Amino acid sequence: MSTTSLKPKSVETRQNVVILFAGDSGDGIQLTGSQFTDTNALFGNDVSTFPNFPAEIRAPQGTIAGVSGFQLHFGSVEIWTPGDQCDVLVVMNAAALKANLIKLKKGGHLIINTDGFDRKNLRLAGYVDDADPLTDGTLEHYALHSVDVTKLTRTALEGTTLGMKEKDRCKNMFVLGFINWLYSRENALNEAFLQKKFAKKPELLDANLKALSAGYFFGETSETFTTRFEVKPAPMPQGVYRSITGNQGTALGLIAGAQKAKLDLFYGSYPITPASEILHELSRHKNFGVVTFQAEDEIAAISSAIGASYGGALGITASSGPGIALKTEALGLAFMLEIPLVIVNVQRGGPSTGLPTRTEQADLWQAVHGRNGEAPIPVIAASTPIDCFDMAFEAVQIALEHMTPVILLTDGYIANGSEPWRFPAAKDLAAIHPPFIPAKESGSSSEGFLPYLRDDRGVRPWALPGQAGLQHRIGGIEKQDRTGNISYDPANHERMVRLRAEKVARIADRFKPIRLDSGPPEGEVLVVGWGSTYGAIRTAALRLQGEGRSVAHVHLRHLFPFNKGLGPLLQRYRKVLVPEMNSGQLRQLLRAEFLVDAQGFNKIQGMPFTSEEIRDGILNLMDR
Amino acid sequence: MSNKEHMEGTPGQALPTGSSKVDFSSDQEVRWCPGCGDYSILKQMQTLLEQSGRKKEEVVFISGIGCSSRFPYYMDTYGLHGIHGRAPAIVSGLRSVRPELSVWMITGDGDALSIGGNHIIHLLRRNVDVNVLLFNNEIYGLTKGQYSPTSPEGAVTRSTPMGSTDHPFNPMALFKGADGTFLARSMDRDPKHMREVLARADAHRGTSMVEIYQNCNVFNDGAFEVFTEKATKAANTLFVEHGRPLVFAGGTKGIKLDGFTPTIVDLTDGKHAVDDLWVHDERDGFKASLLVRIFHDPRVEGGMPRPFGVFYVHDRPTHEEKLHAQVQRVKQTKGAADLDALLKGEHTWTIG
Repeated sequence: MSTTSLKPKSVETRQNVVILFAGDSGDGIQLTGSQFTDTNALFGNDVSTFPNFPAEIRAPQGTIAGVSGFQLHFGSVEIWTPGDQCDVLVVMNAAALKANLIKLKKGGHLIINTDGFDRKNLRLAGYVDDADPLTDGTLEHYALHSVDVTKLTRTALEGTTLGMKEKDRCKNMFVLGFINWLYSRENALNEAFLQKKFAKKPELLDANLKALSAGYFFGETSETFTTRFEVKPAPMPQGVYRSITGNQGTALGLIAGAQKAKLDLFYGSYPITPASEILHELSRHKNFGVVTFQAEDEIAAISSAIGASYGGALGITASSGPGIALKTEALGLAFMLEIPLVIVNVQRGGPSTGLPTRTEQADLWQAVHGRNGEAPIPVIAASTPIDCFDMAFEAVQIALEHMTPVILLTDGYIANGSEPWRFPAAKDLAAIHPPFIPAKESGSSSEGFLPYLRDDRGVRPWALPGQAGLQHRIGGIEKQDRTGNISYDPANHERMVRLRAEKVARIADRFKPIRLDSGPPEGEVLVVGWGSTYGAIRTAALRLQGEGRSVAHVHLRHLFPFNKGLGPLLQRYRKVLVPEMNSGQLRQLLRAEFLVDAQGFNKIQGMPFTSEEIRDGILNLMDR
Repeated sequence: MSNKEHMEGTPGQALPTGSSKVDFSSDQEVRWCPGCGDYSILKQMQTLLEQSGRKKEEVVFISGIGCSSRFPYYMDTYGLHGIHGRAPAIVSGLRSVRPELSVWMITGDGDALSIGGNHIIHLLRRNVDVNVLLFNNEIYGLTKGQYSPTSPEGAVTRSTPMGSTDHPFNPMALFKGADGTFLARSMDRDPKHMREVLARADAHRGTSMVEIYQNCNVFNDGAFEVFTEKATKAANTLFVEHGRPLVFAGGTKGIKLDGFTPTIVDLTDGKHAVDDLWVHDERDGFKASLLVRIFHDPRVEGGMPRPFGVFYVHDRPTHEEKLHAQVQRVKQTKGAADLDALLKGEHTWTIG
């Protein structure tokens, strides 16, 4: 766009910036954030985002419960987390300020929409007795920029036929335009997005474009801002990138797995936060032989997936903690049948309904232990939005090649977070080979067919209904070794329990050797992480290593069975620290398995660790 | 009621096998209690399949938990013995990916109407193409004699020694309410009728729901005696046939519709003729709603005879037909699967 600068403003370069947009859930904050993210990613920055929604769809306007946030971390360096403290906080009303001010660095830029700070908004935000943060000194340690976004947007839209309410809906574009200016970005990508979004609504298109442009000009002309910033491109590996959220990554990983196994994909699911986006994504891709089934409940969701796997498709179900609890009995059935099945748990704060829109890693024990009888099921975990793709693909590989249900753990933090993805070529993904067996001649007897005859990995064949001469009956009752017929024989039961456990244990044979994420191969402290704490731990570990500290970081993808190299690795450090967003679930598994004196570092607030917190945790342990 | 203990795994009386060409019975010993009504159903099922000319490998039996749910083990077909109440969901997944198979679901009154109540109504609403055999014995057999959701009020069972205070389901009315497309009832003691009904169920595309009154001679012996025994059967049962008037009691009585109220009339009193009677039309959904509501105890004054036969048939596209039509449509409009295009997504940028 062409802009005329009235007065040249200085430009300062920043290595990385954390910006948090916050407003009422109806303010369009998520769009502002994701659009600014796309612009920066396209520019060549490394980025990481974290949206933070209220639990209610439209919580009372102006209240803290209704505050929606979108945090973006972008930089000219590698970015591993959505950032700890913010450099910039943009708030659309008083509630957004009250909820988020604590996240702003001292001296950070605070941009406020003054219209959101009238008496009513202050009261709704819980500022009592005429308290006004704008004037009472609360904000004296920050660089405050007051902008009447509402008024400026309305002025920009004078002459349009839109009603006041519709005009006010364009506020988020004004803010976006202004932030583009502040960080020396152009509006072009956002304009293209709006053209597409409002292709059939020319009036709204026109208004949004005007607001976007007005925001940019405001930066240009306003006296409030004397400095602009720029963040240069990051040294990202060459290639073609796209942006991806964790839930998208999971969905694509599952489809890719089904495609590489040449199978149809059946997804049985019941809507639940924060897993529903997987259903939404998969339901868009039916041309990949994807069948999505919105079941009547969580139990039907997994049971239908078992039925589909029994029929020879790749059966998948996903949920979050409470839904996984409901699926438990059927999980045992899938284990007992020895049938392929992928179960995704996008973890959220628990127990019970818990904190649906917040994140936690507290379902590890549920995944590893949560079944009646001895029913070991492989458990793997994704660590970043991109890793969701890789781990979903691996979950499919294990399920299909080892005839077992597999639990994939992700969480709300990475499920909703996004990062740039240098996506793979289909040809570079491994082919997947389920243990199918050839049918006999039609009409031939099934005598002699042994549905539970195992290969050298302990895996049984996958005979499908419709295959002649392989008729057999399977079920959840204890079965006779090899034949699968019902058996109550005591010795057979013990044999079967051991055979099934051994089969799952042998899955560890396929894992690549364990690899440190960073740090020395032996030394003072080994930080053992899993799941979405990856970025915070990596950032902290790299910093400490830079300061000459003897800290190594290993991040576990396989939580059951463990990588065979993990035990020896743990012995090579004097101390082991396990940061988790729970009270110490992995720590207890490590202690039980390896008799190691692992120490916990735990945060159970529904919010991710900051890298600063992890750094402090490691230093505390070192100084102990 | 017999007090004989029924232990899991007690060998039962082996089913006498017929002289059919293709034998659908598996090599597994049948382990229902001697004298159980399940034997009759198994026999008719095997006979039906043998006569149908179907290949064994094309047939799948899915069940839940309970005495009836052991059924798949006794068929030389594919079979999956699932978990309690969830067979409809397993069936829904299987049918979604394998619409060419012949799928049968075996369930009981506890499995289908108590723990699986939610799934059964959704199976019917979706019209998944499956033949459901609901063995109703009005008791929990495998857990040894507790009342079920079809046990009558006042039923004295192990868990209701002073009589049940629960109102029972009228299963057919429930299934009609869930928009079932094939509703029929038969009984273990009338093999010929059962076979005919099962053949009709097999021919129907969609969820064919067949309720079979099945005697549990151990925990609820004689529950359906009034309908099944020679002495009382004619007076207390109403066998409906499409296009035929509703007559019973050896043609001496009939049912006419008095507005929306079914009324018993005496065909021998000279005042009523067969022409006055309600003529069964299995395609009439409104009349079917009335028919399934005839659920009285016929021994009670004013009670109506219990209907048997095919009550309702409705042609509606099946769940899997619609599902696959949509997948085909999407394949045509979006083109065949291109994994690279999917991974690439809609917006990309290049670095370097």
